[in-house]
Amino acid sequence: MRILLVEDDRETAAYLVKALKEAGHVPDHAADGEEGAFLAETNRYDVMVVDRMLPKKDGLTLVAEARAKGNDTPVLILSALGQVDDRVTGLRAGGDDYLAKPYAFSELLARIEVLARRRKPGEAETLLRVGDLELDRLSHQVRRGGTPIPLQPREFRLLEYLMKHAGQVVTRTMLLENVWDYHFDPQTNVIDVHISRLRSKVDKGFKDTLVHTVRGAGYMIRDSHR
Amino acid sequence: MTAIGKVVRTTAFKLSAIYFIVFTVFAIAFVGWISRETDRVLTQQVRDSIEAEIGILADEGLSKGLTGIVAAIEQRSRVPGASLYVIADKDGHVVAGNVTEVPPALLKQSGLDPVTVPYKRLEGDRTSNVAMVQVLPLPNGLIMLVGRDISEIDRIRTVVAKAMVIGVGLLILLALTSWFFVSRRVLKRIDQVSATSLRIMAGDLSGRLEVTGSGDEFDRLASSLNAMLDRIEDLLSGLKEVSDNIAHDLKTPLTRMRTRVEAALAGEGIGEDYRAALEATIEDADQLIRTFNALLMIARVEAGSPDGALTSLDLARIVADVAEFYEPVAEEAEVYLDLSLEEPLPMVGSRELVSQALGNLVDNAIKYVRSGENPPDTARVRVTARREGPEIVVSVADNGPGIPAAERERVLQRFVRLEKSRSQPGSGLGLSLVEAVTKLHHGAISLSDAGPGLVVTLRFPATG
Repeated sequence: MRILLVEDDRETAAYLVKALKEAGHVPDHAADGEEGAFLAETNRYDVMVVDRMLPKKDGLTLVAEARAKGNDTPVLILSALGQVDDRVTGLRAGGDDYLAKPYAFSELLARIEVLARRRKPGEAETLLRVGDLELDRLSHQVRRGGTPIPLQPREFRLLEYLMKHAGQVVTRTMLLENVWDYHFDPQTNVIDVHISRLRSKVDKGFKDTLVHTVRGAGYMIRDSHR
Repeated sequence: MTAIGKVVRTTAFKLSAIYFIVFTVFAIAFVGWISRETDRVLTQQVRDSIEAEIGILADEGLSKGLTGIVAAIEQRSRVPGASLYVIADKDGHVVAGNVTEVPPALLKQSGLDPVTVPYKRLEGDRTSNVAMVQVLPLPNGLIMLVGRDISEIDRIRTVVAKAMVIGVGLLILLALTSWFFVSRRVLKRIDQVSATSLRIMAGDLSGRLEVTGSGDEFDRLASSLNAMLDRIEDLLSGLKEVSDNIAHDLKTPLTRMRTRVEAALAGEGIGEDYRAALEATIEDADQLIRTFNALLMIARVEAGSPDGALTSLDLARIVADVAEFYEPVAEEAEVYLDLSLEEPLPMVGSRELVSQALGNLVDNAIKYVRSGENPPDTARVRVTARREGPEIVVSVADNGPGIPAAERERVLQRFVRLEKSRSQPGSGLGLSLVEAVTKLHHGAISLSDAGPGLVVTLRFPATG
């Protein structure tokens, strides 16, 4: 997909462009806010990645102006400011997601891909399906191969988030933010423990594993036959 | 600054000068008033007695004629402290009386009002005395003069003037004495205070001001300053400990990273080795970033800028969420996690920060409850939240080895990790953050013995 990267640090930008290309994307790079605004206006992107502090025009202004002009491309804001109120300011300016520096590239990539998917229709699907696993968002029922699987409410939300982004890498931080609405680092591997508990309910006793660990990145639910 | 200038600038000098001026002005005014009043009263008395004398002599003259007056004068002159009497002819020759010499001009004028004149009582008096006299003509062309000596009034005036001089002299002496006393006793102590302060500023933080035990204002000042110094010393030693710990906790992983990368570069490694070295390096970098973030977070919370505005929230809900969040971790560690809640528990705060603080406590409890010699299946962490009057009390208790009473205060400090916990992952910042968050919410944190184990109790002001 086409990605606009607005980042003033040459080295970071060069590395990101290379890594995004390797991941199969088509990135355009702008080194300052004005160039970024120009590219955002003249091209159609799937996702924009905007650094918060930029020369000539800061990232939040760029995003707010693009939004005012009717540009609804999903925006991921990058910032050295990582506190919750900074995040709130960023999201209020029109950003769709916020990532504090320093970040792992796997985290950035996972978030970009989730953001791009967010635009596609099917967001309001009531029945999510991965392989023979079904999740009914209305009745809160989960079945695998027709057998009901009883889940705690939070486990249900965890599975729902994974299935909503089936086939995509979901990082621990994304789960923490979206399933629990926590924006802090719980130090211990709490998310891993939750996932392993979910696995024991969803995958245990079945031939095919659906919940996969993506090394160095996070988790992914996918049907291994496809 | 010259020596005199230095003296003039001292408070003691200024105070003494002010006292001196005020008292001198007052004394002069007072003595002046007294002398004026005395003068007035005495003069009036003299006039009154002159008038009385004239009245008596006039009566004598009416009944017995001139000889009667002369006889009366002779008789009255013999009394001690007698008045002055002169009868002279119109050329000014003294005919009778007890005064030898009066200014001749005086006898020429005759008036009713008494006047003050110099006179000589006896022939050959070297000094002339002063008298108040009244002159009046007699029917046969003679002139009569009646007066009273007023040198006594003069003497009183002299005494008063002398008193004034002595008084002002005494005041100067008093001012000097008070200056001496103030500068010696009081300024000496102030100088001591500044000298001690200078010494402390120069780096000797253990220095303290002298408290004499007299309980005066200087003692009170010294006590408060000493208390301030104690606090500063505490803060500084805390700061030193923190910076030592920062140096240790940040340098260790940095050194490890550097060594690892260096070794990987030097070795004839194959791809796998490089990969392992890089992965471990990223892990170390992540740990450093986490430590750094935690430090920034604590600094931010302590500076009083909470993330997002504080809102009304139900602490019961937050405690339940946190317990639910950590429940699988506890289960995996074979720790019973009990939750006992009173609902609702309304308070004002930041959900994010309170969640993180409680998370740290529960995480710690689960981590350390197993570090004792608990038999299997007995490790227990108990989270309770309830209302106690105006407060919400949240406690996280474990039945692990606990923390010795002497160390409980210390573990709240940044980077402090007790020896036993060094083997566990962690930054030593968890409890510091809990304390900062609690303070931000106007709450209090206390660590106590759960018998056995540790119980950490947070108290927040409740709303509603």
